[in-house]
Amino acid sequence: MTVTGPYTAQRPPITESAEQLRERIPGWGADLDPINRPSATRLQWQENTGAHWEFPEQQVERWPRERSVEHRMLPPVFGTAQPPRWLSGAIRKYSYATYSEGRAVRWLLFTLADRVDAVENHLVSFLRLRPDNPITETGVLSEFTHHGLRSRFGQRRADPKHQWLDPVIVAGPWVAAAGVATSGVRKLVGAVRH
Amino acid sequence: MRAMVYRGPYKIRVEEKDIPAIEHPNDAIVRVTLAAICGSDLHLYHGLMPDTRIGHTFGHEFIGAIHEVGSSVQNLKVGDRVMVPFNIFCGSCWFCRRGLFGNCNNTNANNYAVGAYYGYSHTAGGYDGAQAEYVRVPFADVGPSLIPDWMSDEDAVTLTDACPTGYFGAQCADIVEGDVVIVFGAGPVGLYAAKSAWLMGAGRVIVIDHLDYRLEKAREFAHAETYNFTEYGDIVLEMKKATDFFGADAAIDAVGCEADGSFFQHVTASKLKLQGGGSPVALNWAIDTVRKGGTISVMGGYGPLFSNVKTGDLMNKGITLHTNQTPVKRQWPRLFDHVRNGYLKPSEIVTHRFPLEHINEGYHVFSSKLDGCIKPLVVPTAA
Ligand SMILES: NC(=O)c1ccc[n+]([C@@H]2O[C@H](COP(=O)([O-])OP(=O)(O)OC[C@H]3O[C@@H](n4cnc5c(N)ncnc54)[C@H](O)[C@@H]3O)[C@@H](O)[C@H]2O)c1
Ligand SMILES: [Zn+2]
Ligand SMILES: [Zn+2]
Repeated sequence: MTVTGPYTAQRPPITESAEQLRERIPGWGADLDPINRPSATRLQWQENTGAHWEFPEQQVERWPRERSVEHRMLPPVFGTAQPPRWLSGAIRKYSYATYSEGRAVRWLLFTLADRVDAVENHLVSFLRLRPDNPITETGVLSEFTHHGLRSRFGQRRADPKHQWLDPVIVAGPWVAAAGVATSGVRKLVGAVRH
Repeated sequence: MRAMVYRGPYKIRVEEKDIPAIEHPNDAIVRVTLAAICGSDLHLYHGLMPDTRIGHTFGHEFIGAIHEVGSSVQNLKVGDRVMVPFNIFCGSCWFCRRGLFGNCNNTNANNYAVGAYYGYSHTAGGYDGAQAEYVRVPFADVGPSLIPDWMSDEDAVTLTDACPTGYFGAQCADIVEGDVVIVFGAGPVGLYAAKSAWLMGAGRVIVIDHLDYRLEKAREFAHAETYNFTEYGDIVLEMKKATDFFGADAAIDAVGCEADGSFFQHVTASKLKLQGGGSPVALNWAIDTVRKGGTISVMGGYGPLFSNVKTGDLMNKGITLHTNQTPVKRQWPRLFDHVRNGYLKPSEIVTHRFPLEHINEGYHVFSSKLDGCIKPLVVPTAA
């Protein structure tokens, strides 16, 4: 028998020739020469970036901007969306000021703060009389207008196996909170009765 | 102005916000005329990116018109039509000067590892994004470019991230003539990567996904061979068989941290958030399907924590791994040529347009992959 494949030094040629590929696929090989590939040399000096400064002017710091402990200084430009506040803000500021990117605790604290932030904001949304509406905010009504069933079933998709978990993730914390609240009320009622 | 805001995992709504103000002399304020939802936005939407704050406006793929400029802006004036790369970058730091526009050191106060992007949580610098009527664009003399007259709005908006990322992904695969390239993921990034692999001279391009409608697009748009991984018990073995037991010369991960294909990996990572880095199924498949001494290009997005990556096989096989957030603007001149020559028509994968007011539905449809959705655009109210 003739041995082929990686057991020998020869590789069987691909079935199509360069000419056939060029014929079939518009632009085939246009960037064959790495010189034509913009990022072939990943680090390459850029003369004309549009920057007309050695170092940018400093953006005004209107409130104490949280900054990673891995930065020696506040960078000249920074985002100003959603300044940290309340308990979630305190957790975030602490984590940024304390832990390097190498510490898992840094990221876990952010994940915790994200959940605290959600609770804080949901409470506030009730006070502001604009409570969160899980039906409209999750966009689930598009299931009816965009073929929710037909898109999923009778297809060879892997995701229907776990998509049922999505509503659990959205509603889970509320169901749990409601459960805790109800059992709290029950205990209270019980205690008052005794 | 109207803006999309995040209200917690899987929840967003449209609210009234102040029009952003100039905060730095080189800022511009752009009135958004067309935006898109990216696969990366889904990681935020699902609550997988740490420090995604309630009230944050997402959106990093957009075009628009200059509404206001800061005092030091020289290259743009009010009314100019611009396309804006998703990276926020200064053009003058050590990294920017060497072309690493996705890794600027002067724009993300929150992290060293992560560059700054529009509307991508505080992990990416805490800038509100462009799924809104207006957006603050820092370093207006560095990032935005005028939209060429001959370019359509849909081409322009896909050229602000998804298309350059596919193109960059193919470059990171170090393709030489005749290479066999496997692309994991037939989303926008994977489709553009597959198409770009031919430009670099690939001899075979194979695309893997589990969504038949996307695989169909991979055959049409990217001239690729396709495999639906749910049809095979062992996609790695199938790829060995398909390549005469070599494996591929290169693989491109265009899936990222929400990869399917293993119920255990997907649920522990994407749903229960026990693997903070995300589900590494596609990356592990890439490691196991590429030949010894081959190359993997990782374009898929992952979280900042650990996940169960097969480092042993990566090392044993002598695989070269190339990664990065795409330096978008570096890709533009050459990519614009390809678009102009007709080698690549980025807008061909756009499937949906949602008005900003219905962006909640846009996210649900794109996230749940309903209605044949591949690339959804968002049209702001004032556009
Ligand atoms: N590096 C960058 O600069 C950059 C830029 C843009 C997007 N991204 C990342 O690229 C990834 C893809 O983005 P997109 O917009 O194409 O997203 P998308 O969600 O539309 O596409 C992902 C595709 O992967 C498929 N998939 C899931 N599990 C798979 C598996 N195990 N094997 C093969 N395919 C699988 C999905 O069905 C889907 O079609 C995201 O992770 C995004 O964050 C990176
Ligand atoms: Zn993106
Ligand atoms: Zn920089």
